Amino acid sequence: MSERLTRADVVHVARLARLTLGDAEVQSFTLELADILAHAHDVASLDTAGVVPTAHPLPLVNVLRADVIRPGVDRTEVLAMAPWAEDDRFRVPKILGETT
Amino acid sequence: MSAPTRTVVTVSTGDPGTAANIAADVRAGRRTAVDVLAQHFARIDAHEGDVHAFNLVLRQQAGEQAATVDAAVAAGIDPGPLAGIPVALKDNLCTRGIETTCSSRILEGWKPPYSATVVQRLAAAGAVAVGKTNLDEFAMGSSTENSAFGPTRNPHDHTKVPGGSSGGSAAAVAAGFASIALGSDTGGSIRQPASLCGIVGMKPTYGLVSRYGLVAYASSLDQIGPFAHTVEDAALLLENIAGHDPADSTSIDAPPPSLVAAVRRGRADGVPGLRVGIVEELSGEGMSSDVLARLDVAVDRLRTAGATVGHVSVESTKLCLSAYYLIAPAEASSNLSRYDGVRYGLRVSQGAANVEEMMANTRAAGFGAEVKRRIMLGTYALSAGYYDAYYGQAQKVRTLIIEDFRRAYQQFDVLITPTSPTTAFSFGDKTADPFTMYLTDVCTIPSNLAGDPAISVPCGVGDDGMPIGVQLLGPALSEAVLLGAAAVIEKGN
Repeated sequence: MSERLTRADVVHVARLARLTLGDAEVQSFTLELADILAHAHDVASLDTAGVVPTAHPLPLVNVLRADVIRPGVDRTEVLAMAPWAEDDRFRVPKILGETT
Repeated sequence: MSAPTRTVVTVSTGDPGTAANIAADVRAGRRTAVDVLAQHFARIDAHEGDVHAFNLVLRQQAGEQAATVDAAVAAGIDPGPLAGIPVALKDNLCTRGIETTCSSRILEGWKPPYSATVVQRLAAAGAVAVGKTNLDEFAMGSSTENSAFGPTRNPHDHTKVPGGSSGGSAAAVAAGFASIALGSDTGGSIRQPASLCGIVGMKPTYGLVSRYGLVAYASSLDQIGPFAHTVEDAALLLENIAGHDPADSTSIDAPPPSLVAAVRRGRADGVPGLRVGIVEELSGEGMSSDVLARLDVAVDRLRTAGATVGHVSVESTKLCLSAYYLIAPAEASSNLSRYDGVRYGLRVSQGAANVEEMMANTRAAGFGAEVKRRIMLGTYALSAGYYDAYYGQAQKVRTLIIEDFRRAYQQFDVLITPTSPTTAFSFGDKTADPFTMYLTDVCTIPSNLAGDPAISVPCGVGDDGMPIGVQLLGPALSEAVLLGAAAVIEKGN
């Protein structure tokens, strides 16, 4: 955590985030993200023993509604906005690359 | 940046009057919604080329909506409490069949199959939607410089930013293109542009306004809220969008509060006995001297109106900026994973051997630099080995902030700070170093982390003649108190 963010970290994170980055972007993000994370050191290094994390400002649990059928969004309208649709489905390029 | 360099309108001298006046006149048949709309379109025609508040002006639809309102009045039917009021909508609010872009290339051309709850409520109350306003891409920024469609200019000085991310909505109201507007506020995106453009802007309590149909940035922080020329107009707008919505599981299941009455009470009776705390950590270092001078003026007005004033330390506000820039990007990295070129928006297939490469290439082409930066930061903060150190720690800091505010509100009813450390800055001033831009949110971020309401109200101008806002903060669901106090500050203007 205390070690500085590396170029390899940025390449790894870009893969996780499904972002194709050019060399110049990898370079600039390595510097910028390291800089921002250095500013976050005050939070990262704080003694928080015994502090419960807050994920959400409202103490809500199990918000339920009546199980009744209601109209949803229109299928034609939704598919009309897809880059590629066929037979009432979204079409995508093959999932498994060159295999099969 | 061609002449004229100033396109601001003030409701005291401007033609249309306040939103409250417009609705009262239209409902009573003294004015038509069509005439009111024409006044606003005349301003748009004259000045939008300089200001660039809108991604899309809804000329035809607005005309039809206004005519429907007038027809209702003619038939003796009340069109609703917002009858004929021209309203601008931030372009991250879904409008069925109408392009909603979030000022991003990745959503360019997307027409949502449904409308946001707030958009439906405005229409049902008789308001007239004039256009979709510009923003920092996906609401990530403080100047609108991150819009993929070019920045919005501050109506008070076209060489200055309007603030952000709801800069288009703030500029549209300040320039008289719309009477009121909706924005969204994740770390100050309503209050900071309101301050920089010289108008009122409010972030309500988390859960008071339904987020259904607001394109998500950071879901535990995002909240929709009003922009207006006057505190009363902000209250009127908020009253009409607040309230439970079964379509948003985080919406508070309670009747909407009465807010306009609170504003009138504040204006008439002042704020006798109100305990006002000046936040020490946000009223000294890092704030420009003219901003602090106007804060003093606002405090004096509250004191004169009956408030007791003291100082209070909210120590964890010092950690807010760091905590926010871990939590918000983390949530954003998750929320923005849906833009993958499959169901809507841009798809870049060329050169992609499989679906995963298509997704990565689409996202690379469709997102701007700041959005990529925050996705990267958030993905890193959530990744194996770093989660506890960054995201986990930030969530614990959030608890500390909530506890700090709770302590402060045992002593004080409301807290006061500047809204922004400075007046509006020039284009390019803060784009070189991302962290410099992040610092502009230092006063506004704490209430998002706490989930509490806060309002920015204009209080004069700085050394450069540009508007300065002051911010009032209160505990959850204290909107009526905040609006009453804001009315006192406004009354002195």
